[in-house]
Amino acid sequence: MVKILKKSILAPGVKRLELDAPEIARKALPGQFVVLRIHEEGERIPLTIADARPDEGVLVIVFQEVGKSTMLLGTLNDGDGIMDLIGPLGRPTEIERFGTVVCVGGGVGTPEIYPVARALRQANNRVIGIIGFRNRELILMEEEMRRVVDELIVCTDDGSNGNKGLVTDMLQQVIDRGEKIDRCFAVGPVIMMKMVSLLTKKYGIPTIVSLNPIMLDATGMCGVCRVEVDGQTKFACVDGPEFDGHKVNFDLLMARLKTYVNEERQAVELFRQAQTGCGCGRRGA
Amino acid sequence: MAKISPKRTPMKEQAPEVRRHNFDEVPFGYTPEEAKVEAQRCLRCKKPGCVEGCPVQVDIPGFIRHIAEGNFLEAMKVMKRTNVLPAICGRVCPQETQCEGACVLGKKMEPVAIGNLERFIADWEATQPECVMCEIQPATGKKVAVIGSGPAGLTLAGDMRKLGHEVTIFEALHKPGGVLMYGIPEFRLPKAIVEREVNFVRSMGVRLELNYVVGKLKTVDELLEEFDAVFIGTGAGLPLFMNIPGENYLGVYSANEYLTRSNLMKAYLFPQYDTPIVKGKNVAVVGGGNVAMDAARTALRLGAQRSILIYRRSRDEMPARAAEIHHAEEEGVEFQLLTNPVRYIADENGWVREVECIRMELGEPDASGRRRPVPVPGSEFRIPVDTVVIAIGNSPNPLIPQTTPGLEVSKRGTIVVDPDTGRTSKRGVFAGGDIVTGAATVILAMGAGRIAARSMDEYLRTGRW
Ligand SMILES: Cc1cc2nc3c(=O)[nH]c(=O)nc-3n(C[C@H](O)[C@H](O)[C@H](O)COP(=O)(O)OP(=O)(O)OC[C@H]3O[C@@H](n4cnc5c(N)ncnc54)[C@H](O)[C@@H]3O)c2cc1C
Ligand SMILES: Cc1cc2nc3c(=O)[nH]c(=O)nc-3n(C[C@H](O)[C@H](O)[C@H](O)COP(=O)(O)OP(=O)(O)OC[C@H]3O[C@@H](n4cnc5c(N)ncnc54)[C@H](O)[C@@H]3O)c2cc1C
Ligand code: SF4
Repeated sequence: MVKILKKSILAPGVKRLELDAPEIARKALPGQFVVLRIHEEGERIPLTIADARPDEGVLVIVFQEVGKSTMLLGTLNDGDGIMDLIGPLGRPTEIERFGTVVCVGGGVGTPEIYPVARALRQANNRVIGIIGFRNRELILMEEEMRRVVDELIVCTDDGSNGNKGLVTDMLQQVIDRGEKIDRCFAVGPVIMMKMVSLLTKKYGIPTIVSLNPIMLDATGMCGVCRVEVDGQTKFACVDGPEFDGHKVNFDLLMARLKTYVNEERQAVELFRQAQTGCGCGRRGA
Repeated sequence: MAKISPKRTPMKEQAPEVRRHNFDEVPFGYTPEEAKVEAQRCLRCKKPGCVEGCPVQVDIPGFIRHIAEGNFLEAMKVMKRTNVLPAICGRVCPQETQCEGACVLGKKMEPVAIGNLERFIADWEATQPECVMCEIQPATGKKVAVIGSGPAGLTLAGDMRKLGHEVTIFEALHKPGGVLMYGIPEFRLPKAIVEREVNFVRSMGVRLELNYVVGKLKTVDELLEEFDAVFIGTGAGLPLFMNIPGENYLGVYSANEYLTRSNLMKAYLFPQYDTPIVKGKNVAVVGGGNVAMDAARTALRLGAQRSILIYRRSRDEMPARAAEIHHAEEEGVEFQLLTNPVRYIADENGWVREVECIRMELGEPDASGRRRPVPVPGSEFRIPVDTVVIAIGNSPNPLIPQTTPGLEVSKRGTIVVDPDTGRTSKRGVFAGGDIVTGAATVILAMGAGRIAARSMDEYLRTGRW
């Protein structure tokens, strides 16, 4: 059992958990992820390591409630246990001194880009952060991001924070103002990573994206997380999850993410019924 | 001695039309009377072929004799001297090519049903209030790390513990057992049985650290700082694909994924369990080994109307165990032999809808000694499908080799060892099982664990490498 030390709600449907995981916290590097399983009947779900405090043995994850498992995770509180936690998995982000880098986070991609931005800054890059959300209510980690970048641009789809536009609009503005960008990192919804990659390709800016295909064991054994990069099949869990955004087949990834839509809908319905029914909501069946 | 029956005692099974709809085990096992009758067929040979045919050299006539006399406890004691996983071996070993294949009786009539007897004695023990314990020698103060809890790792761990060493197994998944747990289906090897035998190893005092990926959390070199020797038994878990068009369409699975969802994550019980699986109506499985048979039979149990096995050679070359091919046929798996897929065709949402195949014929023998399949030009045809499972083999997981400098690896990615000792190119590091041989069998993995244990014990006692 892995203990939840502290839970906080960052925005509607977005929660942050601090976990007691000393061994993983000591090894975790930016760009890596963990896989967790909440209870005996649960599925294995991958989540990026949003932060780690090795001295205290604390590991931080931030997640969006999108389906049954993440909703169930969201019902847990301080002191509750998570059955299994595996990590750190995946290859860490390549951190070097590139020059000027842009870190783009979309929605819950923001907590994932945060450790990357921080490490890039520590490696003496000039870091421009761009984070985008649907509306003001959903803005996450603005203060934390501001502390680790040289410049931060926060935008919303509906302009409710006074800066209307998509992250790609903001990136275009940065390019247009004559900034020489040596590298771009983007994490967020697949469609966002695709649009960012299309834009940076036009300007020849090397771009790294962090892919989130469906995973099962996440140790290279099952092959469900296969993605097409430069026409070749790669396993995101061991070859990634970060890849050259200009070479990823995003359309295939989007299609494959829909594999279980019907089953996922069914699971959520049962979960909601169980929550309003017996109120325990642990099993959802 | 009474006249020996030429035929072995049959084991009762679930009827094919019933079992194809459930995940319960197919054969029921012998009753004590049936076991005694079968055990009495054994000739107690002076030079028993069976023992030589067994990669871990179980004293087969020894344990069978005790069964014949109704002395089941003694039979179990004999068994456990060499084999801590008898309920598993009795179920999944390819006996027909090993012990039973070499049984002296088999020259004239049906060989003794050694596997069935092994299974009987292990299952009998499970019904007893206490199980036969292994003797543990006095503590040596030496510490051994085992990476991977498949049959190779479990066997080495059991042997080393018996010799008085302290043993810790590190396992990446959340359940121990390796392929026994995530690959081989419930209807062939009930998971409760794997758990029971793993718990036996635990009860000897072996520690088990689950959810621990070596190479990520700690490297082999880091383990060597804490442990006196390390055994690598990480298996061959990387699925191979054919690299033909359409392999990434929705509904195309690797066998590992399909079987792991079903076995380890219990997707056949979705939505009680949270992990889903596509329950196709027309399922094609590509391959001809045990893995392919397991996938094709799983598909039926998940509700497929047609489960079609596509194999590029003929029936004679199929690597699967004879009993499993037979079971699959009885259950209604359709065999498309001398056939190979060339591409997959999907609908507008990317879901696989058809597989295009080509007929094959057998040409000259290839390196494996089997006749090489050659495509027949112009023989393409299509089969409508909604799920495809690729079961054409696995290659060794590269994580440990990649993170262990100084460890010699072959071109195929397997770890190179001295076959007589299991020693790798790195001092204090041993390896065995599928990570050394490529995908093979449970008993060969166990045999490798046994060989490495012997040599590791010697190394720990003498310090000689
Ligand atoms: C390497 C990696 C890192 C990730 N990091 C984060 C993170 O830091 N924060 C976060 O909120 N989410 C993250 N995700 C996505 C997260 O794993 C999924 O949202 C979660 O598994 C959904 O589970 P569910 O049962 O709640 O929803 P489901 O009902 O299963 O699915 C809802 C949606 O999530 C997608 N999904 C389902 N299963 C998976 C899966 N195993 N992996 C990826 N997507 C899936 C589905 O296609 C669907 O669109 C990450 C995914 C990967 C692969
Ligand atoms: C579907 C299927 C059916 C089969 N049927 C039969 C059969 O009927 N009869 C038969 O004899 N054989 C059969 N086999 C083959 C047999 O199961 C294997 O040969 C045998 O399990 C190999 O044992 P092993 O100990 O080498 O590895 P495995 O059983 O593969 O175990 C390796 C273990 O190591 C773990 N691991 C891997 N990397 C790491 C790491 N970095 N850190 C920690 N742990 C790690 C894995 O998670 C796994 O649990 C079958 C195989 C499959 C896939
Ligand atoms: S070879 Fe056959 S008959 Fe002879 S001892 Fe072994 S099992 Fe018995």
